[in-house]
Amino acid sequence: MLNDHIHLSYEIVSEDFARAGEAASDVKRVLKKMNVKPDIVRKVAIALYEGEINMVIHSLGGTIDVYIMPNEIQMKLEDIGPGIEDIDKAMEEGYSTASETIRNMGFGAGMGLPNMKRYVDDLDIKSGLGQGTRITMRVIL
Amino acid sequence: MTIQDIKDYLEAELVYGEEFLSREVHNACGCDMMSDVLAFVKDQSVLITGLCNPHVIRTAEMMDIICVVFVRGKTPTEEMIEMAKEREIALLTSNHRMFTACGILYQKGLGGGDLC
Repeated sequence: MLNDHIHLSYEIVSEDFARAGEAASDVKRVLKKMNVKPDIVRKVAIALYEGEINMVIHSLGGTIDVYIMPNEIQMKLEDIGPGIEDIDKAMEEGYSTASETIRNMGFGAGMGLPNMKRYVDDLDIKSGLGQGTRITMRVIL
Repeated sequence: MTIQDIKDYLEAELVYGEEFLSREVHNACGCDMMSDVLAFVKDQSVLITGLCNPHVIRTAEMMDIICVVFVRGKTPTEEMIEMAKEREIALLTSNHRMFTACGILYQKGLGGGDLC
């Protein structure tokens, strides 16, 4: 089933809502084709979708890299800013800095990061105001 | 409960998915905030929503949701219908409001999952 590691890479454009979710969608398709267990596919897809939406809403753009390895799936989300001021606060359910426009689209409920944490085995966030944000998520197979 | 049952109970119109009408639905989620939908995984579920944009279909895709019911007579766009076709997600539209639509399905025995 899973031989060597596979690397998938996507460029995420700030405020490109029309394409937001395409990376998660593509990763989901690839994992399904590889016959990865459905619950694992769903976890990866949801976490990645939330991450991707966050990048489209909040960041100035960045990249998503997914590494599918024999024992785990690693997702690396890196953007060029503006950074998260208070990571602990951002991890609280219901806390959001998203605008009314974003809320009208069905996002900005303050569930993005908590949802990502909920579905992955390991979540690491490195960020600060005025810097980029680097998120690494791992799902163990 | 099948998608056909939901269509009947909600006096809904089928927008897409004739071939999926006999699919069994096990539980439901009624929500306009997509991140709330993404918070709780359910199997073979239906999403009842008043939100009508492509992210509803994407959210359904990520969650393996098999049917979306748009309430208050909202009609999905061609783009959304195309997305649903690619992902084999049935689409219904009902003139009921959210609370009523959820109430009807609940009364007919469809559950919403455990307490948070």
